[in-house]
Amino acid sequence: MGMTMTQKILAAHAGLESVAAGQLIEADLDLVLANDITGPVAIHEVEKLNKKTVFDKSKIALVPDHFTPNKDIKSAEHCKCVREYAKEHGIENYFEVGKVGIEHALIPEKGLIVAGETCIGADSHTCTYGALGAFSTGVGSTDMGAGMITGKAWFKVPSAIKFVLTGKPKKWVSGKDVILHIIGKIGVDGALYKSMEFVGDGIANLSMDDRFTIANMAIEAGAKNGIFPVDDLTIAYMKEHSAKEYKVYEADEDAEYDDVITIDLSELEPTVAFPHLPENTKTVKESGDVKIDQVVIGSCTNGRISDLRVAAEILKDRQVADGVRTIIFPATQAIYLQAIEEGLIQTFIKAGEVVSTPTCGPCLGGHMGVLAAGERAVSTTNRNFVGRMGHIESEVYLASPAVAAASAVTGKISEPAELGL
Amino acid sequence: MKAHGTVHKYGDNVDTDVIIPARYLNSSDAKELASHCMMDIDPDFVNRAKVGDIMVANKNFGCGSSREHAPLAIKTAGISCVIAETFARIFYRNAINIGLPIIECEQAAKEIEAGDDVEIDFDTGIITDHTKGTKYQGQAFPEFMQKLINAGGLMNYINAKE
Repeated sequence: MGMTMTQKILAAHAGLESVAAGQLIEADLDLVLANDITGPVAIHEVEKLNKKTVFDKSKIALVPDHFTPNKDIKSAEHCKCVREYAKEHGIENYFEVGKVGIEHALIPEKGLIVAGETCIGADSHTCTYGALGAFSTGVGSTDMGAGMITGKAWFKVPSAIKFVLTGKPKKWVSGKDVILHIIGKIGVDGALYKSMEFVGDGIANLSMDDRFTIANMAIEAGAKNGIFPVDDLTIAYMKEHSAKEYKVYEADEDAEYDDVITIDLSELEPTVAFPHLPENTKTVKESGDVKIDQVVIGSCTNGRISDLRVAAEILKDRQVADGVRTIIFPATQAIYLQAIEEGLIQTFIKAGEVVSTPTCGPCLGGHMGVLAAGERAVSTTNRNFVGRMGHIESEVYLASPAVAAASAVTGKISEPAELGL
Repeated sequence: MKAHGTVHKYGDNVDTDVIIPARYLNSSDAKELASHCMMDIDPDFVNRAKVGDIMVANKNFGCGSSREHAPLAIKTAGISCVIAETFARIFYRNAINIGLPIIECEQAAKEIEAGDDVEIDFDTGIITDHTKGTKYQGQAFPEFMQKLINAGGLMNYINAKE
């Protein structure tokens, strides 16, 4: 029986000719990742192991991005713990404030992961790197700590759902609309324990940034990983960002899938996920009159340069509506700098928006834009659970940068067409 | 090994943000995390929960963030076992790795109600609701996971393997 793309990568890293769904394997890891929230727990767990030395100083990344710049004394202690561990063990990929970015934008940008590799990260959105044709998945701190020392992790080989993407998205429809549409269709546990394998000629019409956004939210459908085939665009991205050798895996023609779902990208509309689950999707046209208090554009889902370009295109020579607070947070320092060079930051500030340093803060109600009771936000982040961005009586509406920017201008959930764009 | 206690009941898609809100993740102290457990959907949980109590929920329990602080908070709050129709995969791994017993059983998850007196036999996977007088067969762990659990979690398992 043939293997899926994910199964082939796992088999190669487990030293096996082939694997089948449901099989328990131990796989070699090419990258092990943690942040300032999950890292301290992993470091504490590692103390329980007899072996204390890390498996490979170049294959571990410690990225203090969540509550940085340190939001309070306790967070500062967590960051200190991670910093001191990195120093003591000579971890090569530790990123201090000033160099740090949101991990899932930073890791590919720094070329730390390429096609055909395996990665576990103590952060659920580690699945982002599937956009590059790698197997990457989120785990907890204990798994991460064990991986950091042994260089291995156990996996139950997943079965897969195949998503055949066809056609070309309309102007203002992006990767975010694609993944929100899919989650709306299959539900927040629609791909539970499975791989989401994206194929089809429509992929050629999706930028790398679109693909990162789609793979990033595979976890919001319960998936173990999301993965894209490697094409010319992927290779160009990897060559620009990494000196590592990549390996291209393709699913066998006779690979078995639990389900095959075809999505015509040309039919998709700007889409919003209503509170309090990413599966509660509606098109903007179906959304009605939803007035908002805050707009957040950024995060590991949508804080990349093309996201900022789209937002700036809409906000150019426009003003944020009275009573709406808009926060832009570029995902990495390199993206921030690029946005300055392209004049995007000037556009945002002239429109009446605030631009933040790269941080996960607002996405998880940590700092830099927490919501009060009764407030509503349109956000380009990935979760709209109860209390996710602040008070339990606040509401988060997930959307693309285009919808978020248009909504900032009108003060209600809107699409660019409402501005004559 | 057995668990026996009073049930706290929840619905579908209980996410890790409500199990332990991110605003408390500036701490990794288990007792402090436990003091905020479930507060965004059940503010009284921490007052009601007694050592040995059981949590029962429907599908996709523990979805969302990878934070291990979630099973840690539940375990430290005194919960001896979580029964659900299904678990989100990262939560499932985390629970096994830190030694919080969990068991999947669709019928038990649907029928057991808050306040019921429930017992779980982990060797057989049998769940008994003493209040209702009903029994359910939960799904047993694969052998590899039983080894992890019997070793007392992933770290002990790795040490023992050396």
